[in-house]
Amino acid sequence: MHLPVGESLNALCAGLILICAFAIVGTRQVQGVRRFFIFQSILLAASCFLLAWGEHIADLWWLGGITVTAKVILIPWVLKHTLAPVLYVRREISQVVNIPSSLLLALLLAIGSELLVGPVASATANPVIEVNLPIGLACVLIGAYSLVARREAIPQLLGILAMENGAFLAGIAIAPTLPLIAELAIAVDVVLIAVIVGLLTRTIEKTMGTTEAAALSELKEETVEWR
Amino acid sequence: MALIAIVALPALAAFLCWLPPFRKMGWHITVACQCAEFGLAAFIASKVIAEARITGAAGWFEADGLSALTLVIVTFVCALAAIYAGGYMRHSSKGKLWRFYAMYNLLSFALVAVPSQAGPNLAWVAMELVTLFAVLLVGFENTAGALEAAWKFSVLTIMGAPIALLGFLVLFWAWHAAGHVQRDTWDGLQAAAPAMSPSLLKLSFLLVFIGFGTKTGLAPMHTWLPDAHSEAPTPVCAVLSGVKTSVPLYVILRFLGVVLASPGAHMGEWMVVMGLISVAIGAFLLLQVSDYKRMFAYSTVEHMGIILAAAGLASRASDFGAVFQLLNHAITKSLCFYVAGVVLLTVGTREIRSVRGLLRVSPFAGAVFIFCALAIAGAPPFPIFLSEFSILSAGMRDGHAVAVSILAALIVLAFVGIMLQVNRMTFGRPGRVDVHVRVPQTCRIAVLAAAVPVAVFGIYVPGPVHSLLLLAARQLGGR
Repeated sequence: MHLPVGESLNALCAGLILICAFAIVGTRQVQGVRRFFIFQSILLAASCFLLAWGEHIADLWWLGGITVTAKVILIPWVLKHTLAPVLYVRREISQVVNIPSSLLLALLLAIGSELLVGPVASATANPVIEVNLPIGLACVLIGAYSLVARREAIPQLLGILAMENGAFLAGIAIAPTLPLIAELAIAVDVVLIAVIVGLLTRTIEKTMGTTEAAALSELKEETVEWR
Repeated sequence: MALIAIVALPALAAFLCWLPPFRKMGWHITVACQCAEFGLAAFIASKVIAEARITGAAGWFEADGLSALTLVIVTFVCALAAIYAGGYMRHSSKGKLWRFYAMYNLLSFALVAVPSQAGPNLAWVAMELVTLFAVLLVGFENTAGALEAAWKFSVLTIMGAPIALLGFLVLFWAWHAAGHVQRDTWDGLQAAAPAMSPSLLKLSFLLVFIGFGTKTGLAPMHTWLPDAHSEAPTPVCAVLSGVKTSVPLYVILRFLGVVLASPGAHMGEWMVVMGLISVAIGAFLLLQVSDYKRMFAYSTVEHMGIILAAAGLASRASDFGAVFQLLNHAITKSLCFYVAGVVLLTVGTREIRSVRGLLRVSPFAGAVFIFCALAIAGAPPFPIFLSEFSILSAGMRDGHAVAVSILAALIVLAFVGIMLQVNRMTFGRPGRVDVHVRVPQTCRIAVLAAAVPVAVFGIYVPGPVHSLLLLAARQLGGR
């Protein structure tokens, strides 16, 4: 980037995005997870605008706008309208692993992704890639972990969307010239994921009276006696 | 033009199914559309055989051997499953049928969109659409089991999406760093691979492999597959198990072709190992299933592993085996699910232990069940035997004795697993049979039509199919 101020601000955004990923793993309330996801998306858009301004890439202005529209406005709106009763009545989320251990594991994932892509990123001598690529991968992995650890449908959905944020954070650094049509299609896709999984959650809630994924454990293999 | 039409037609059909005046005609619209799709795919394939590739819109819609083969497979299965759905859904579903047909057309739209893309980025988007529409169809019946299957399916397979997205972004970066400014296409990538950074290529392939491997149902990310493939309505099971797993695998194979063109990235060996793990898990689970639809689902895990391992061996001959297996798996596995649906209509249960003496209960169901089980297990003279044998002999010739012996042992194990269960179900004295629905006419037609290529391809592969397979094998990058 041409401006050191822009670089430092971008690094600040990326750091806060990583902290949001940790917060999504560590929060007990469904509402809290939703808020941290929105905050993470705002930071992602900010990072996008910073890069657009610092590196003079017109496409990134559009991409930032798409991110704000899709992830800060549309998805929370969709979730609020498909899931309102479930989202606002419900309380704490049960977890398979307790929160301190979860945070520790998330930390290990972050260190692991730095070790994995750090060498590739520093070979480019581009300070934006050096920050965004490891943090983006870390967010993807931490999001995947939160999917496994959570036992509630809505935080699982938000975990998927947080993973998408991580991939985008890396993407704006390493592939800023990706055709805009692809970016737009990806954003539409993410909104569709929220709509369809949200509707599925609502149907599950109506049919079974719960959105705890732990209650969904009827289908498995039983051992057959040999006769 | 044909390439654009093949993508646009099902979307149009879905819209028609949704329009209130046409809602009663959902099935007719769907069958007409899907049969036209198969015709278009055959036309595209014949053009590709003549000219090696066909362009709908340069840089966006292009097809070569591998994509034409995938298009033919997808449209063939979608057309027969649509015919099958007519009688089956009327007998077994309580849902709104126009909704089913609209979603079915959307799914087939997304399925044909993946192989007709020239580049990887929009193929990712289309693959996501496949997953989403499949989720809707798996949960269509709204029963507890169907919803649970849909949930597991959506969480695991959508989780793969951001990982694969990151992989494609890294791929674009590698392409860009090698000095290319235009959009990336599969062809361009394969040509440019030797000049691209091997470490970036490896990283991006790893991410895409994890992401799309989850969607393909490769072990250890296969846990959603038996649930989704057994709980969905039967025509959907046929599409899911026959082609929905092959389409992400098509993307992986395409990418593998790019990676193998780079001398610095040794990915073939890893693919053989990952493929063998899937075959092993599929084979051992086949020994202890209790539900015959799940049995066919585990056999899908096994076959996906075989195709991956064959592509990983990376010789001309094993690549031919891989694409032949891709074709045979699709035609045979979809037949298996049509037959499983017929058996389900006849006996009213999916439990293997409650079905006895199927041949006496219904000679038609019993006979076709034995036929399709022999075909999917890979008995001679069925086509799966041919393709598996050609993979094994190709591997042996190149000196991969250890991998080939493990693969052969596991294939035999899976054969024994399937035949044991089928033996218990078909022979012997029948117990009390509660439900007895006459098998609908459309189901019989679809079963018999699907059985034709399964019976023929093992003995005689028609000339055009053979040249299409040869063209397709060339894209896998074997030497």
